[in-house]
Amino acid sequence: MSSMTVEGTRRDFLYLSTGVVGAIGGASMVWPFVAQLGPDAETRAAGAPVEVDLSQIPEGQSITLKWRGQPIFVRHRTEQELKTADADDSKSMPDPMPDAGRSAKFNGKVQSKWIIVQGSCTHLGCIPVKNSGDYNGWYCPCHGSHYDNAGRIRKGPAPKNLVLPEYAFLSESSIRITGTRSAA
Amino acid sequence: MQGHSTYVPKSSAAKWFEARLPIIGLMHSSFVSYPTPKNLNYFWTFGGILMVMLMSQIITGIMLAMHYTPHVDHAFASVEHIMRDVNFGWLIRYLHMNGAHMFFFAVYLHIFRGMFYGSYKAPREVLWILGVVIFLLMMATAFMGYVLPWGQMSLWGAVVITNLFSAIPLVGQTIVEFLWGGYAVDNPTLNRFFSLHYLLPFMIFGVVILHVWALHVVGQNNPTGVEVKNLSKDTVPFTPYATVKDAFAMVCFFIFFLFFVFYQPNQLGHADNYIMADSLKTPAHIVPEWYFLPFYAILRSVPDKLGGVMAMGGAVVILAFLPWLDTSKIRSGSFRPAFKIFFFVFVVVTVLLGWVGSQDTGAPVLKFGENTVLTMVGFGQILTIYYFAHFLIILPMLGLFERPLALPASIADSVLGGGHGMPIGAAASPEIKG
Repeated sequence: MSSMTVEGTRRDFLYLSTGVVGAIGGASMVWPFVAQLGPDAETRAAGAPVEVDLSQIPEGQSITLKWRGQPIFVRHRTEQELKTADADDSKSMPDPMPDAGRSAKFNGKVQSKWIIVQGSCTHLGCIPVKNSGDYNGWYCPCHGSHYDNAGRIRKGPAPKNLVLPEYAFLSESSIRITGTRSAA
Repeated sequence: MQGHSTYVPKSSAAKWFEARLPIIGLMHSSFVSYPTPKNLNYFWTFGGILMVMLMSQIITGIMLAMHYTPHVDHAFASVEHIMRDVNFGWLIRYLHMNGAHMFFFAVYLHIFRGMFYGSYKAPREVLWILGVVIFLLMMATAFMGYVLPWGQMSLWGAVVITNLFSAIPLVGQTIVEFLWGGYAVDNPTLNRFFSLHYLLPFMIFGVVILHVWALHVVGQNNPTGVEVKNLSKDTVPFTPYATVKDAFAMVCFFIFFLFFVFYQPNQLGHADNYIMADSLKTPAHIVPEWYFLPFYAILRSVPDKLGGVMAMGGAVVILAFLPWLDTSKIRSGSFRPAFKIFFFVFVVVTVLLGWVGSQDTGAPVLKFGENTVLTMVGFGQILTIYYFAHFLIILPMLGLFERPLALPASIADSVLGGGHGMPIGAAASPEIKG
């Protein structure tokens, strides 16, 4: 009896271990088939960090830069716009953030006059139109989201502020964009 | 209802073949001797019409794929090349493009037919659910096909729809990058959509075979909803009766279809799709094709992104639960006086949702003096609530409170006027009975 039990356990072990090895092998074959859907090497290379010269953008103007297939807005705000944005800090917003948090720092000082945001609406990814909407910031024509001049969502279906990309000031008049972020 | 084959192979070659692969017998029992209820009205012809539309889409699609280039730099130009240079390219493309509209038009009539006559009720639940699966596959196919010409609506439709997946908590953004194959809708996205757009119709074809198989196991429903009791009295053979009727309906449908192809080929589309895709410029109004508008309106009605996506998905998926949400034992709406009213209200609500989906969200619907009492969003919200209430509240309650009319004893009685409860005149021409 006992020898049969030992025999059975051995057999069970072989079945089980064969099954496990087979399952791991099968699962590891699935990965390449899924991974091929992701961004390829060419796409990733084209998304290398980029430097932007800000000295070419006069006050009150903005540029749109295409990076990683999506637009990035660089806005040079006027004094008036800065005042409005600061004053609005106390208003209620869907995704509250003080104006001072919307720009990066250089030498420990927030460069408030520069707003750099990813130019796709946090609702469903349309491109907002500059200098329009109820807050004279950006307005998304697809489903009616209004952003203020700091790119904060003020009205409409978008859940989040326009997303700040990963960037840093190299000098007072140049930035380096190193990555995009997701809205969530 | 299987096994009614009266096929007897005559030649020795046919006998030899039938003994080895009985496919001729299968075709014969499915499309020749198959018993169909004798009271079917013209709403029952859309199954056959849809089958023909699927074949038409596959054939024209294969031909288009021979001339189309799935690359962001060439796609738009290759479509124009099909329109201008390829022999009869304009015809093939217009057939394919308008065929998609006709496909949805027919499928909506087919779905509403099933909803009115209770075709989803036992024992046809699996048949119905397979239909919902086909509908979902159709939506995915149509969406990806619309992206291929790489016009402005193609691109921005793709941006909006793929971004819906970013609403999924935690993994949303990763999923979207894997859908795109990059950081935005771009060439990899176009390539894979082309691949899938070519694949999915064949998957639809597979599910259609299951759908027809399930249909032939449980048998067709009919306008009275009364099951077939006596094959010789209640049914007629598929050929010639249903074949000829389906063929006639198909000719009428094709006149309608070809009117668009030859006289109004771009009427159902959006002019902006003749502008090449520009990833830095969103069109002023992104509007999906008409057949997605009710679902688009539901998406826009919910102020929360994830909530909107779930409501939109739920609006389609809820159809699969219809067999259990409708508690009435009576199948046909013809014998349910209260249901009949709610059914037509539901049809009107879905059409209105479609209209709301095509309008600007802030547009006023109702004005009282200078004040806007109801905006398009508000109206869409009311309609969305009604849409779900129809399935979740009205249908379950109706079955409990409604007093149905008396059913005819059999299909034969309803046709010949021998039954109780159905006036003779009404039964004699069931196709105009609604």
